[in-house]
Amino acid sequence: MRRVYLCVTILSAGVLAYEILLTRLLSIVQWHHFAYMIISLALLGFGASGTFLTFAGRRLAKRFDTAFAVNAGLFALSSYACFAAVQSLPLNLLEITWDTDQLLWLVLTYVLLMLPFFFAANCIALSFVRFPDVLARIYASDLAGAALGCGAVLWMLHVATPGGVLIPVAASGALAAVIIGIDARWPRWTACAAVIGIAGYALHALPLDLRISDYKGLAQAKRVSGATVVASPSSPLGLLSVLENPAVPFRHAPGLSIVSTAPIPDQVAVFTDADSVTMLTRYDGDTRTVAYLDRMTSAVPYHLAGIDSALVLGAGAGADVLQALYHGVGRVTAVELNAQLVDFVRDEYARFSGGIFRDERVDVQIAEARNFVNRDQRRYDLIQMTALDAFGASASGLRALNESYLYTVEALQAYLDRLNPGGLIAITRWIDLPPRDGIKLFATAVSALKVRGVEDPGRQLAWIRGWNSNTLIIKNGALTGEQIAAMRAFADDRQFDLAYYFGMSRSDANRHNILAAPRFYDAATALLGPERDRFLADYKFNVDPSTDDRPFHFHFFKWRHFPEMLALRARGGMGLLELGYIVLVAALLQAVVVSVVLIVLPLLWMRRSDGAGDSTWSRGVLVGYFLFIGLAFLFIEIAFIQIFVRFLGHPVYSVTVILASFLLFAAAGSRLTEAFEDSVSDARKLAIAVSTIAAICVLYVAVLPAVLTHFAGVGGLWRAAIAVMLVAPLALAMGMPFPLGMRSLTGRRSDLIPWAWAINGCASVVSAVLAVVLAMHFGFTAVILSAATLYVLAALIGWRGVHGGAATGPAPLQHPGGQVLPG
Amino acid sequence: MSRLSHGTFLVFAVCLLQTSGALGVDDGFAAARQEMIEEIQATVTETRRETDRAQLAPKVMAAMATVPRHEFVPAKLRDVAYANRPLPVGHGQTISQPYIVALMTDLLEVDSDAVVFEIGTGSGYQAAVLAELARQVYTMEIVEPLALSAKERLARLGYGNVEARFADGYYGWPEKGPFDAIIVTAAVNHIPPPLVEQLAPGGRLVLPVGEHFAVQHLLLVHKLDEERITIRQILPVRFVPLTGGHN
Repeated sequence: MRRVYLCVTILSAGVLAYEILLTRLLSIVQWHHFAYMIISLALLGFGASGTFLTFAGRRLAKRFDTAFAVNAGLFALSSYACFAAVQSLPLNLLEITWDTDQLLWLVLTYVLLMLPFFFAANCIALSFVRFPDVLARIYASDLAGAALGCGAVLWMLHVATPGGVLIPVAASGALAAVIIGIDARWPRWTACAAVIGIAGYALHALPLDLRISDYKGLAQAKRVSGATVVASPSSPLGLLSVLENPAVPFRHAPGLSIVSTAPIPDQVAVFTDADSVTMLTRYDGDTRTVAYLDRMTSAVPYHLAGIDSALVLGAGAGADVLQALYHGVGRVTAVELNAQLVDFVRDEYARFSGGIFRDERVDVQIAEARNFVNRDQRRYDLIQMTALDAFGASASGLRALNESYLYTVEALQAYLDRLNPGGLIAITRWIDLPPRDGIKLFATAVSALKVRGVEDPGRQLAWIRGWNSNTLIIKNGALTGEQIAAMRAFADDRQFDLAYYFGMSRSDANRHNILAAPRFYDAATALLGPERDRFLADYKFNVDPSTDDRPFHFHFFKWRHFPEMLALRARGGMGLLELGYIVLVAALLQAVVVSVVLIVLPLLWMRRSDGAGDSTWSRGVLVGYFLFIGLAFLFIEIAFIQIFVRFLGHPVYSVTVILASFLLFAAAGSRLTEAFEDSVSDARKLAIAVSTIAAICVLYVAVLPAVLTHFAGVGGLWRAAIAVMLVAPLALAMGMPFPLGMRSLTGRRSDLIPWAWAINGCASVVSAVLAVVLAMHFGFTAVILSAATLYVLAALIGWRGVHGGAATGPAPLQHPGGQVLPG
Repeated sequence: MSRLSHGTFLVFAVCLLQTSGALGVDDGFAAARQEMIEEIQATVTETRRETDRAQLAPKVMAAMATVPRHEFVPAKLRDVAYANRPLPVGHGQTISQPYIVALMTDLLEVDSDAVVFEIGTGSGYQAAVLAELARQVYTMEIVEPLALSAKERLARLGYGNVEARFADGYYGWPEKGPFDAIIVTAAVNHIPPPLVEQLAPGGRLVLPVGEHFAVQHLLLVHKLDEERITIRQILPVRFVPLTGGHN
């Protein structure tokens, strides 16, 4: 029997690892949001498995060893082969609004990537059906394997390329197949052939060569003669590609004044996931060679005040650090999330970069920016953030799904807390037209200042723009007349435009980089005046201030204006469409439609007489119960992963700690359903579990932000321990409703078990997408409270079923929430 | 003149040009080109407020009606060559939708004596359109296969006044300048200073800003004289970001 536990553990580890790996792979070859859309549908393989087993489960369970081995083997084969096949498709998602053929390729991609999940899910479900007596242990193996896979894949992504990690992930399926086969005493020659086959497969399957979209920045840069990729370090945070081109220098200077004649030194490009680029500039210690850094909008704060200390958030390859050193800053604290990037600048390219990350004036910190600002106790004259990464993604709204805790009302307040009196925050971003990114940031700054009790926020704000970048200044205090004069001189000298300062007249705006109207100035004055609310409501893009609860700075979409923008698509208006959000909604619709099909399909097969005489679990009740708990589980899981990113200081830590905690404690909760058999009924257990979930959700919504802020300064391990302790009681309770429902089906309606599994699996997939949509519109607090409500509704709906269900005996299960894709 | 009569006039003019043998032969795409011209004209009329032009210069429309766009796209895309959409031309490059090409060409205000410089030859379509209007067009492409095929294509189609070169366009083409007009169809994160230098006084530089299949806006740099430069940022669609009383 141990072999089954072992095989389920191995396979569960493999399938969760594959899920995370696929997100990475698709983010590299396509874009993050497309990866999200594709995977959200591919995971319906779990639901499809439930539907399939409703028809074929009994027959396959009779030949368990063969069925398990074949499905595990097919997982191994398809996890590698299907991704390789997807890469060979002429899929260009950027063209999807122009070319209907792309829809066909997209559907084929879905089908191909659904297969591995389908096969793996078949194995786990068949184990439950075949060995109901030890189901709880199998289930524990499943969850433990998933937790193991989560940790293992994140570690593997540190030490191997994403394409390379695909091999051990695929091999997990092959290993499970062989173990089952050997133990089942297959003819020896079969086992030997299988082992040789797998060994040969592992040896010959080279790390997959990733075929990156032709339209990503890296692919474009590589086409230029002389370009060479000199290094490709990888981590769960992204695949870095270091590109040199001595023949055609990169000359990356976004926001450079049109009248600048300062030369741009040699540069080395570092792409993340083949797109977002940061440049390492050659520097020999002679600041005159990097004078171009003073000809950008981002240099304006250095002309407004004497800056002795600067905090650079998102240091990248060091352009902002170099700019600070150019302006004679004595102490620069550089915060960067990606340790590999820091190592690369500090070590391999120390000489090229002039050792800026080793300079005694520079203190490099590897941390998430918000987390660092919360922990740091020092104060600065300037906090500098220059977010000029891949323009294409920014311009076409591809980042709508990306949460950003850097540009929220709470973030700006935290930055203000770290400033010396009179200190400055300078945030530089691309310009999009019609303007939305800059206006949203300005609106957020106004809100942040108002929350701090500033009566006249306009006195503390200044804003300039070039043709493709804009820099917003927020001062800890009112800007002086001298500072405004200095800003005017800075802008005039470089042909930048003044977008706003206190007392500015409209005629001073829009003089060099001329728009049809002074949109930036008009927006600023509207946001500072009595028309603010009307402006926010009328503006055709969503420019409401972003908050920690709704941290979607890049989400500009408004449904009201979608028809107008869509109509303009063919007339040069593609740039108006916020593709990221549209893709998200498309993913949700697709998931809902396919889920409905997968759920309804078994109904056609079930005879009308099925279920007659059983009034406790009508089909409608069954759908409602498993649908609601599937939706609710992922709602909470995704919201918590988001909330804990800032606390744990790293998205990877958050995914690992929170996901693993939810899996393990939910497993414990499931085992708990078998305790106190004699004294507590299942219905009572359900009531206790759901009450606990609802109470904890309400409590956490009220106190969690304060708790996390209170403990922000403690050490990393302590923070992880606190996170685990906070998740534990909630996950424990969340692990109970699913097995309680399944237990009640065992015996009386065992035939419905695969169907219930299908419903729950589909709900989990829909939930992962729906959670993000809800968070965008209503915030993560609303997502958590919705989950609590869904649990209560599920309990009310399923009460009779659970109450009248089997009192003993375990039930077939899957993860309580189905799949576990982090948001 | 009403919108309808503008359109009728242009279509008539274009038909005349086509039948008078600008291409010499009917290549089987005349009807598609005509539809394209009608769509360009309709869009131009619609966006007159954003672009500050109620119609494009007839010579620009004539050039658009003359250049065989289908020759500049991959064979499998010939059927949609004249659709008002951007098209991939291989090697990760695209050609803009016809309306954007026409608008950019018009913004350059090229006369028959002009010398024009283009960075980013691509398949050579934009260079061919400019060649219909200017005395001489110089074009550079940094992706070698594209540069070579565009050079061959332009020569084959008889564009003798286009000189195409495989090179880095950042430093312009000093020995051929100054230029009356410059168009930068390659992605840039700043305007290369040498280009501004090589722009003749009174010259114009146009740059589409955005992503491959979605031009966001057009940048028009006007060098008034050696000292003074203005930049206009033009939204190529009829779209006002505010509604209600804010307009």
